[in-house]
Amino acid sequence: MSVASHPVEAVALTGRALAPARGARIASACGLVGLVGVVLTVWLGLWVTPPDAYMGNLVRLLYIHPSMAWDAFLAYGVSFLASAAYLWPRTRDLRLDRVAGASAEAGVVFTGITLVTGSLWGRPTWGVWWTWDPLLTTTALLFVLYLGYLALRRLPGEPEVRARRSAIAALVAFIDVPIVYFSVSWWRSLHQGPTIQPGRSEVHGSMAWTLLLSFVAFSLVYVWMLAERYRLAGLQARDEVEGLADALAERRAEAGMSRAGEAS
Amino acid sequence: MWRDALLVAGKDLRVEWRSRVGLNQVVPFALAVLLLFGLALGPDAARLRAATSGLFWVTVLLAALLGVQRSFALESADRAGDGLRLSGLDAGGIFVGKAAALGFQLLVLEAVLALVAALLYGTPLEGVGVLAASCVLATAGLAAVGTFYGALAAGTRVRETLLPLLFFPVVAPVLLAATKAWSAALGRSGGGGVGWLALLAVFAAAYVAIGTVAFGPLLEDS
Repeated sequence: MSVASHPVEAVALTGRALAPARGARIASACGLVGLVGVVLTVWLGLWVTPPDAYMGNLVRLLYIHPSMAWDAFLAYGVSFLASAAYLWPRTRDLRLDRVAGASAEAGVVFTGITLVTGSLWGRPTWGVWWTWDPLLTTTALLFVLYLGYLALRRLPGEPEVRARRSAIAALVAFIDVPIVYFSVSWWRSLHQGPTIQPGRSEVHGSMAWTLLLSFVAFSLVYVWMLAERYRLAGLQARDEVEGLADALAERRAEAGMSRAGEAS
Repeated sequence: MWRDALLVAGKDLRVEWRSRVGLNQVVPFALAVLLLFGLALGPDAARLRAATSGLFWVTVLLAALLGVQRSFALESADRAGDGLRLSGLDAGGIFVGKAAALGFQLLVLEAVLALVAALLYGTPLEGVGVLAASCVLATAGLAAVGTFYGALAAGTRVRETLLPLLFFPVVAPVLLAATKAWSAALGRSGGGGVGWLALLAVFAAAYVAIGTVAFGPLLEDS
């Protein structure tokens, strides 16, 4: 209805949506290269690389678990920087808020995968699904901290209010991370339980290359996810602003038609 | 700022004194939690004694959540929060005042709970100095974080469910440090009591500082 009543605007809208910006093209390229990299990693990791002398086939988790953890911390780092930049008055921009939200969302996904793959790896090598290691505990807490952050972001409200609230919450949550890490490591050092050491394995040759490839591939996938989520957030923001105007225009047009019908 | 903090803290404590919601609802709730823990882990006396410090602090955490919710329910009822915003009081002062009132109520609650936990779980209260110091420092941290997130969640429609999700993960180090300090004082684990107190102090200082600075923008929004 609104398309018919505002042909010029409709063309402008679809035109903007259809013409891919340079950033979107770069993001798509990242996604494509990343996808090829992931396929290669899977092939190299499952078929080409040899099983480890100590861990056997379990070592193949090496090609997914560390890169997932790296992606998670990278994503949280980006989210933190974007939040801090948003709070800084000179760089305040709602686009930074969208980057922070998009990156945190990707980070939560990667943290979830990190925890699951780490647990799957821990069971056969350490004999337990979970251990209260500082890194593990901090990662698990990060997961719930950022789930809370995402819940906060999902609340309805004015974009500026939401952005500021989320940015402050992100900073406060981020400060907690070193405190948690420090306190848990100290706790562990005081209460020496059965210490679990990961098996020392030599990583070289095709294994090292595959590991490196997995880092690059999954980092590219992260960049692509971030870009796509960021674009989607922009569209959602536009829908919030323009959706109401469109709906109003539609209702007005309907009212106008029915009145015209009565008159004739 | 300090004068404003005193005014706000006095207001919150007067409201509590007249309504007695904390005394009539939060304290009995915390006692019920202590009883439930006893049912879950008892009646093995040795196990309860070993777990006393952890159970005590988890109970305090749950009660602190209720305290925070109550503290901001006061402001949202009858749009009292708007009055607070328009009062011209310093935002940092409002933060410190609300946190101090909450902290004071929590300290009273902790004193009661500690006695009841000692009775129920058969744990003699030793090392009272460390116990009290860890209560003061941990409560400062809990009150600061709670007030901060309470204000953050206050204006929203999902505050009852959002607040615990935001609050508990952040205060995880407080639970850990306070529990360990108590265990050390009660003779359940070797050493480290003073170190854990230092950690509690650092946590409290960090979050009081952040809250004082960041409360202004939060207050404008909600």
